[in-house]
Amino acid sequence: MGVPGPYTGSMGAARSLHVPPAEPTPLHSHALDHLRFIRETMERATAFTAISGWGLLAVGLTALAAARLACSQPRPLWLAIWLGEGLIAFLIAGAATVRKARLSKAPVFSMPGKRFALSFAPPMLVGGLLTMALCRKGAYSLLPGMWLLLYGTGIVTGGAFSVRVVPVMGMCFMALGAAALLAPPSWEVWLMACAFGGLHVIFGAVIARRYGG
Amino acid sequence: MARTGAATPLSARGSRAAHASVEARSGARALDRLIHERMRLGIVSALAVNAKLSFNDLKKLLRTTDGNLSVHARKLEEAGYVACAKYFAGRLPKTEYRLTAEGRRALERYLDHMEALIRATREG
Repeated sequence: MGVPGPYTGSMGAARSLHVPPAEPTPLHSHALDHLRFIRETMERATAFTAISGWGLLAVGLTALAAARLACSQPRPLWLAIWLGEGLIAFLIAGAATVRKARLSKAPVFSMPGKRFALSFAPPMLVGGLLTMALCRKGAYSLLPGMWLLLYGTGIVTGGAFSVRVVPVMGMCFMALGAAALLAPPSWEVWLMACAFGGLHVIFGAVIARRYGG
Repeated sequence: MARTGAATPLSARGSRAAHASVEARSGARALDRLIHERMRLGIVSALAVNAKLSFNDLKKLLRTTDGNLSVHARKLEEAGYVACAKYFAGRLPKTEYRLTAEGRRALERYLDHMEALIRATREG
């Protein structure tokens, strides 16, 4: 007979008091593990639908109004209208996202939310700087293509962890941005209206209908 | 019998004591085994932050198979924790789940239980 194990006979029982077996996982760490799992699942699930479809739809409608207002205006006024629309869109989308998070009792600044903001912000910053530089040179005709390309890039990278419809929307913006750079200047108004207006309305309606608002 | 008693690790006995103390403090409620299981806990947690989720969304989110998800979802449905709606989108059958009020209460009780367990172990 070999060396008795810790549970073989009375000597074994006595021995188990002196030579403890491998330390079992403490109970509270199991509980912590379960809580961590719940939090991570909720965060992943929030990323699925964090973007408010109704918010995008509203942004699309204001963009259509801006496109109508800006067409045939002199360039400085045209620029002011679109920059104002950008600010309004930012406020609408922000408020709608906060509302959607509150309705579903999810944290607004969850990890997916932060990830989206961190991926979306750099192209927007670049867009702001390039807008200033191109306006100084008077190259206004390059602005629509550049805005659409960078906005699309931000949506694609920010929405990489979201439902597939979000990066698809970003790619549509990038495609229209490329078209705006290559198309004749007379197409500019229609491309801006189709992209910032049409795409937001269509994808906003899809997200609102399929992903709870 | 005596051998079993001697073989029970001290930490396991401590665990039982912590469980008993937590259950005494939380109104003598036993741990909800139904949502203690990982997959079912995942389903309930995901539905807690979404008004509704489709079968495919849940499957992708929890990285599981059709069979596994449908077995666990049915158990939750039988307990009244989730409600299931089936419909046709064109010719494709769709299944959608939402958390019921009873399911939300069960998750809250489970969270309370886990938090109480951590407190009890730390205090003890």
